[in-house]
Amino acid sequence: MEANNDGSMSQVRHVVLVLSGKGGVGKSTITTELALALRHAGKKIGILDVDLCGPSIPRMLSIGRPDVHQCDSGWVPVYTDAAKTLALMSIGFLLEDPDEAVVWRGPKKTAMIGQFVSDVAWGELDVLLVDTPPGTSDEHLAVLENLKKHSRVDGAILVTTPQAVSTGDVRREITFCKKTGIRILGIVENMSGFVCPHCSECSNIFSKGGGEELAKLTGSIFLGAVPLDPLLSTSIEEGKDFIQSFPDSATFSAISSISQTLLESLQTA
Amino acid sequence: MLGKSQVCLHSRRLNWRPHQNCPGTTSEQAGKSSSCAGCPNQKICASGATKAPDPAIAEIGEKLSTVKHKILVLSGKGGVGKSTFSAHLAHTLASDSTKEVALLDVDICGPSIPRIMGLEGEQVHQSGSGWSPVYVDDNLAVMSIGFLLSSPDDAVIWRGPKKNGMIKQFLRDVDWGDLDYLIVDTPPGTSDEHLSIVQYLSSTHVDGAVIITTPQEVSLQDVRKEIRFCQKVKLPIIGVVENMSGFVCPSCKNTSQIFPPTSGGAERMCADLDLPLLGKVPLDPRIARSCDEGKSFINEVPDSPAAKVYQSIVQSIQDYCSNRVTEEQSTS
Repeated sequence: MEANNDGSMSQVRHVVLVLSGKGGVGKSTITTELALALRHAGKKIGILDVDLCGPSIPRMLSIGRPDVHQCDSGWVPVYTDAAKTLALMSIGFLLEDPDEAVVWRGPKKTAMIGQFVSDVAWGELDVLLVDTPPGTSDEHLAVLENLKKHSRVDGAILVTTPQAVSTGDVRREITFCKKTGIRILGIVENMSGFVCPHCSECSNIFSKGGGEELAKLTGSIFLGAVPLDPLLSTSIEEGKDFIQSFPDSATFSAISSISQTLLESLQTA
Repeated sequence: MLGKSQVCLHSRRLNWRPHQNCPGTTSEQAGKSSSCAGCPNQKICASGATKAPDPAIAEIGEKLSTVKHKILVLSGKGGVGKSTFSAHLAHTLASDSTKEVALLDVDICGPSIPRIMGLEGEQVHQSGSGWSPVYVDDNLAVMSIGFLLSSPDDAVIWRGPKKNGMIKQFLRDVDWGDLDYLIVDTPPGTSDEHLSIVQYLSSTHVDGAVIITTPQEVSLQDVRKEIRFCQKVKLPIIGVVENMSGFVCPSCKNTSQIFPPTSGGAERMCADLDLPLLGKVPLDPRIARSCDEGKSFINEVPDSPAAKVYQSIVQSIQDYCSNRVTEEQSTS
């Protein structure tokens, strides 16, 4: 369908990619939590979920599978609330059966992502967060190429866990950013230690220190570490707003501080 | 739900869906049927680019005829422990020195296997009979794109077709020799790598897939898609492994469900889908450490609860493979 290409992103102030390279480090979780934290700070946020094979964001925001509508300015994103403070687009909304696999090769994924970027009428947003699948392939190239046509990309946040197996992949993602001209806004270390709720002993289940070392090695900013928190995992599972439910937790402070730093670097760029 | 309505007086439901009435990318009607309208792939299908069979499939069938058992390790979800599991499956099978085992890593963008197997920095050599895999032990060989990269910072920024070409080369050009087991570790998803590995192995017999998950619904929702993918491409499923299944605090010994099974975990999913649950592996910080150090956790801490579960899972897989051979022999 014909869309006003300049219109779809023209009122989006900032675009931030959430990348990793490594799977399962918490990109979607961090994207969701940052979106909720930024919204709590009074911002209008959008999330574009370009993980076509494993779209996790709809469940994390308790959105289910509403119909997607089209209007003259494009596809209407799905809003989490009547005040339209948080908008989302995901292939999850286009699947009739949630268990159906999207078994697509690269070119089809590229074309779908092109549509997501050019045809969704985001309207006025302070920040559009783009959640990505792991890797450095079709989805990443497609989203970058299409975003650059319509808007500038402020930069990327890289998510890792502390282990070397994870930082090993994230180093390659950092190279991807450098090669494609994406500014690295910083590194977030997720699953950074587990404090036993029974005895408060801290266990480094996924090793320790990798995020900070990676930041030092690559000259990037270390945005902060988010601990392994079963309360966060449960909120994400149930699609609840962790920020509202657990404002006194260490996890909330970590996420809040990361979102503040992110906002500051977007505003001073 | 309506978006910001400066011009949205008339909105209509977006009717296109990813799968409705797709004639199939290799059919005569590909790209041309009425249900193709609006599909992002329409142009590509209509051009005929998707139809021709690849001669490499037969070559690979020939090359791998000396491989007795092929096992794919899949998930759908990232970070659930596919590579960790693949590596430990390989180590355990190879602990029987009479067996020849190989591990092929087809995660082109995020090749973890070299590190986990303690082979970082190794390079691949070429001989008259093809590419030589890298040997961990006399009877355990490994191949990964990681061995073809000159620096740990090198990014493989490849689109689908180039990744497919690499996978084809791994299967056709590596001198695997006679193998009892070829284990294939895959990246998360249901895309090029998965389609290619199934296609390129289509003229060989694949024993089946081991599906890895963690207990949460966020993982299971992706894993169900992977299971559907297996069913679609007629890949048998050997069973499901639930990783990160609870954490026992080393200090107070209480168990915490860090990744809570809010929808019943793999147990409920397997019951719903009538699939075997091969085992539930608990979280153990020594697993991550072993992987980072390139050591076998099962060798390092053989008496730990996690190592025991791994061993029992590997036994189930071996039994499955032997039973398949027995069935084939009795029916032929």
